[in-house]
Amino acid sequence: MKNMKKWAAIGLLSMAAILSLTSVKPVAAETEVEGINDPTIAPYFESMKGKKIGYVPFSMSYDLSKGWLAGMEIQAKELGYEIITRDPNWNTDVGVQAMDQLINSKPDIIVLQNPDLQSYAKLLKRGTEAGIKFISVNIKSAYPSYYIGEEWQLNGMAEAQYIVDKCGKDTGRSGKVAIVQGILTSAASAYQIRGVTEVFSKHPEIQVVSNQSANWDAGKAQEITRTVLQQHPDLCGVIGFWDGMDIGAGSAVKEANMQDKVFVVSSGGGYKEAACDRLEDGTYSAYFSYDVRGQAQDINTVIRILLQTNPAPDAFKFTLPTRGVMLTKDNIKPGSCWTMDSFK
Amino acid sequence: MTRAVSRKRLITQEKIVFAIFVLLFLGFSLFLPGFLTANNVALLLQSVSVLGILSVAMGATIIAGAIDLSMVALMAMSVAWALQLVNNGMPVPLAMLIGGGSAILVGIINGVLVAYVEIPPLFATLATAACIYGFGRFGLISQDTVYLPKNLGWIAELGHGRVYGLPMPVIVFAVLAAAIALVMNYTKFGRFAYAIGDNRATARITGVPVRPVLVLQYTVSAIVAFIAGLVQATAINSMNTRITDTLLIYEVILVVVLGGIGLSGGKGGIRNVVVGTLLIGTFLNGMTIMNIQFTAQNAIKGLILLTAIAIDQVINPRDEQTSQQGDI
Repeated sequence: MKNMKKWAAIGLLSMAAILSLTSVKPVAAETEVEGINDPTIAPYFESMKGKKIGYVPFSMSYDLSKGWLAGMEIQAKELGYEIITRDPNWNTDVGVQAMDQLINSKPDIIVLQNPDLQSYAKLLKRGTEAGIKFISVNIKSAYPSYYIGEEWQLNGMAEAQYIVDKCGKDTGRSGKVAIVQGILTSAASAYQIRGVTEVFSKHPEIQVVSNQSANWDAGKAQEITRTVLQQHPDLCGVIGFWDGMDIGAGSAVKEANMQDKVFVVSSGGGYKEAACDRLEDGTYSAYFSYDVRGQAQDINTVIRILLQTNPAPDAFKFTLPTRGVMLTKDNIKPGSCWTMDSFK
Repeated sequence: MTRAVSRKRLITQEKIVFAIFVLLFLGFSLFLPGFLTANNVALLLQSVSVLGILSVAMGATIIAGAIDLSMVALMAMSVAWALQLVNNGMPVPLAMLIGGGSAILVGIINGVLVAYVEIPPLFATLATAACIYGFGRFGLISQDTVYLPKNLGWIAELGHGRVYGLPMPVIVFAVLAAAIALVMNYTKFGRFAYAIGDNRATARITGVPVRPVLVLQYTVSAIVAFIAGLVQATAINSMNTRITDTLLIYEVILVVVLGGIGLSGGKGGIRNVVVGTLLIGTFLNGMTIMNIQFTAQNAIKGLILLTAIAIDQVINPRDEQTSQQGDI
């Protein structure tokens, strides 16, 4: 009886051993891993997973902020981090509150669009000291942060140069130009007018007949442009600072049937309805595009770099200016502008 | 009764404003080269026609002793929604019907809130304005700016067409002003509106259907807002709903008060609104020709509003009889 138990135990053990051997064997045959293991891949994914990225644009209701978010979400899904969006709806006070709350919830990175140079500066300082990385998009802050986006001054220079080429010396045109600015206190407008006037100061043949703020408002831009056209029927160029406003200036020129004589140049993020469609219907003769697709990609790149390197609060804050392209009716191609489908 | 008194007055605010307009117009004509040309005068009118269209309806509402602060929000959102629907592929007539229908619905809601729920017009319409904007931005349109679809047909002419050299917006303004002036002066509805504005309690006791008239008043105001929105959108090839955040609604009130329609109601007529619009148009046009900055223009405009209201206060002093609940 005792022996039988012993033999049974031995039999069971040996069966188990054989089973375990046979079960190991085919697996070993399937996973024949070859080559060298890249030790950086796992840490790369590891550094992204479960991270929190805050996103605070001016407002979630316009082409730029929607495009940036759509681009960011693609990468977030791929790498498994979370994006928390706050919408101040053009209100700086609401923006300050939203930033304050976000900073308190300690995300890893906050991607933000400053309303101006000052409003968020103190918050950026506090957040940076707490170890949060800030990526400013399109408008810089007085407090240093990583920056990707428009270089407004260069944008102004490019638009002015376009007008000089069309209306300046040896073109046989009047050289009369109207400038339609945004809100005068906004950094975007202030930098652009600097760029514009810098170029014009070297071209005395250019005569600025009107230099007014339309407050980013298309209706006001239209009113100003109409009046200027009335006063100066030989006007040669109109420089606008943002597509959402300049559509009014362009409409005024079109309405007067002068789109062949007056060059309207605008700028913006290259959204199809705001840019390419307007070049095609003659509202603008040129459009300086800081392509939102490229900017979204730049934001994504910076996010990946910062999440991996986790730089110290006092690390050097780099700048990645967006390369703008001057679009005209003649050089636009089907892919020159984007729609929300571009991000699908 | 107050109308009778103000008729006897030799110097009314309307006359003062008209005199200022004539002086300004003459001054600009003499000293601003390029001001007095047929084209510039047409332009001057065109630049204030949307303001004028809104003001005509606001004038009528204020005469009835109420006020409609939701006009600009309504004009922006109803038209933006209609355009968005067309952009999404809906046939134009259906989209316009939905846009216009929603405007009418809001007008009725405004009227019911003021006439039946008896919320002071100032608060009721301020609240609906916020509601319309918030709801629209959240649920109806995807972006602040809705671009004009290409297939609008004749509607697109409202903004930039010309008839006999006159810009279409000016014609729309003139037609609406004439229509509302006729209604206010020669129909029962118009006389009731004056009676209600003059003294709501007396009007009710004498058998005026106060509540239905007010609802109708707000409905008309909403329809006019929708038309103004169409003119605005087709003129600048887009509708930027952020116009709701601008000072436009206050400019509308400025035009009405400037023209001499007292905020206490029951006084003035559509002619006053036209005079107010002309003054503002001349003033803005001249300032733009002189290349005066927008912010400075706003400051001067604010100053004019203050002066106009101060004059209104002196010329049409309030007393127990004329001051009412909800009066601003």
